[in-house]
Amino acid sequence: MTVFLLRRLLQAAAVVLVMSLLVFLGVFAIGDPIEILISPEADQFERERAIKALGLDLPLWQQYLVFLGNALQGDLGRSFVFNEPALKLILERMPATLELAIGATVLALLIGLPLGLYAGLKPNGALSKGIMATSILGFSLPTFWVGLMLIMVFAVQLGWLPSTGRGETVTLLGTRWSFLTLDGLAHMAMPTLNLALFKISLVIRLTRAGVRETMLMDYVKFARAKGLSPARVTFVHVFKNILIPVVTVVGLEFGGTIAFSVVTESVFAWPGMGKLIIDSINVLDRPVMVAYLMMIVLLFITINLVVDITYSLLDPRVRLEGKS
Amino acid sequence: MSAPTLEVRNLRTHFFTRAGVVKAVDDVSFSVKAGQVMGLVGESGSGKTVTGFSIIGLVDPPGRITGGQILFKGRDLATLPEAEMRSLRGNRIAMIFQDPMMTLNPVLRIDTQMIETVQAHAKVSREEARQRSRDALGQVGIPSPDERLQSYPHQFSGGMRQRVAIAIALLHKPDVIVADEPTTALDVTIQGQILAEAQKLCTQFGTALVWITHDLSVVAGLADDIAVMYAGKVVESGPVAEVMDAPLHPYTLGLIGSVPSRNRRGEPLRQIPGMTPSLLNLPAGCAFRSRCPRAEPRCAEPPPMAEYRPGRHARCIHPHDEAVAA
Repeated sequence: MTVFLLRRLLQAAAVVLVMSLLVFLGVFAIGDPIEILISPEADQFERERAIKALGLDLPLWQQYLVFLGNALQGDLGRSFVFNEPALKLILERMPATLELAIGATVLALLIGLPLGLYAGLKPNGALSKGIMATSILGFSLPTFWVGLMLIMVFAVQLGWLPSTGRGETVTLLGTRWSFLTLDGLAHMAMPTLNLALFKISLVIRLTRAGVRETMLMDYVKFARAKGLSPARVTFVHVFKNILIPVVTVVGLEFGGTIAFSVVTESVFAWPGMGKLIIDSINVLDRPVMVAYLMMIVLLFITINLVVDITYSLLDPRVRLEGKS
Repeated sequence: MSAPTLEVRNLRTHFFTRAGVVKAVDDVSFSVKAGQVMGLVGESGSGKTVTGFSIIGLVDPPGRITGGQILFKGRDLATLPEAEMRSLRGNRIAMIFQDPMMTLNPVLRIDTQMIETVQAHAKVSREEARQRSRDALGQVGIPSPDERLQSYPHQFSGGMRQRVAIAIALLHKPDVIVADEPTTALDVTIQGQILAEAQKLCTQFGTALVWITHDLSVVAGLADDIAVMYAGKVVESGPVAEVMDAPLHPYTLGLIGSVPSRNRRGEPLRQIPGMTPSLLNLPAGCAFRSRCPRAEPRCAEPPPMAEYRPGRHARCIHPHDEAVAA
């Protein structure tokens, strides 16, 4: 286990290094921020001073090395726009996105697992067919459209739920959270559901496929031949086996939601990271973009590690070894 | 003579598929007494396994028992409600499966899988259940059972896993064990050990054993009685020695002839020509007649199961009777 973790740590460092280079080059290729940042009226002298201040006069490789040197000391640069450390900007917005992503994932599991289990156990029932048909909708309806429809119905027509913002927040562990107040929860409801819809469908389909496959296995028949109750067969023998694919996909989906909940956050004006990155791209705020992407790389590396460790807990045949 | 522990009478289990009705088991009868072994022999697709699942009540849709009786100590299992059937399953009637690599749940420890079986039928503490599980593992010859209880199935070899499966089947000292080709997937040496083990335990506990196999040589050494199945029907039954020495049905004769023997070295094996017919549209009359060297027009009529000599039944209108007489 220790060898495994050490090895993974080294791999992670390599991945981060390569990604930092790619990200830096990619962001550099998007465009020159000077045109946007400096007012057209500025004279030559002012222009050059600004370029020098932002460090944009250096050649690309020097800019990269400066960035790398600073990054190693925990400094991912200052935002051109806000003139604040990029990392601080991102971390400020992270809780908002985090609580949406966690909410959506929990919702996906709470709704998706039971429905998928049911649909898998009774594949020919009318209800199961209804569940599966609905899950296709959940898959294929575009997120922004569903978001707008939710607002139309619950905010405009019925007036039950607020359509924008985080609502009342409570400070816990130094950051503000919405999920601890009733008003905050009301604000969270629609964006969470919006994000969860795709995931619920995904979990339903994965669970159903897993159940149908596992039910045919000899060990399930053997468990029944032992005279176990159907509940025990389903929730112990079948369930533990189907969790393996579910954990993989949900883990990756969770990372994806944190990183790219841009659409939902824009529709519901949710002040999370997704909105920050979109704004930064619009004004070519390079340090924020780079810092953000580096954070995402770290996030995915962490999630993959957690998924691997969960695997070994779920499936005894998976051993976490140093060898690949 | 004591009454049989298990008596299957004219059992019919059919599968209602979209392509038509598959008569997987169509009029099967046999009986087993306590401490005896009944060998159920046949090719793949002859309905042996479905017969086994019918006995233990695990025929899944689209399959259904459509006729006949399965009398277990006088109770008809075919019509027993599921809840009562479940209290017998794994308790009074146990089953051992064909492929030991597949019968144990890969993500659960052996102790979990054994203790749950004990507790499904006996109100005992976890500790007591663990004791019983450990004893059962010891009984089937698993060394250091205490440690092995903590293991996962993938840490066992195939033969060891089959021993674990047998230990699970034995947990409640059942009256009947249905063993569905339990040695087919194993090495010959392990096969021998498992056979000996099974025989010993059955005599010890007075368990009636239904041993399903396609391997005549296994049955010859193990069973007391034998029933040969073909296309869902029992075509011949009787005491194993008599059937092996002087088969009545041409199919049984063909099966025996297909076993390689030292006495006939150098000669080509006598295989049965043709293939098992599809169960979907069986021809009327004797299902074996298209492959039978003795077929005649009369065989198009369904042959009845008849007793040709005491305790020897066959479903054939022209059995190899004269060969016996000669």
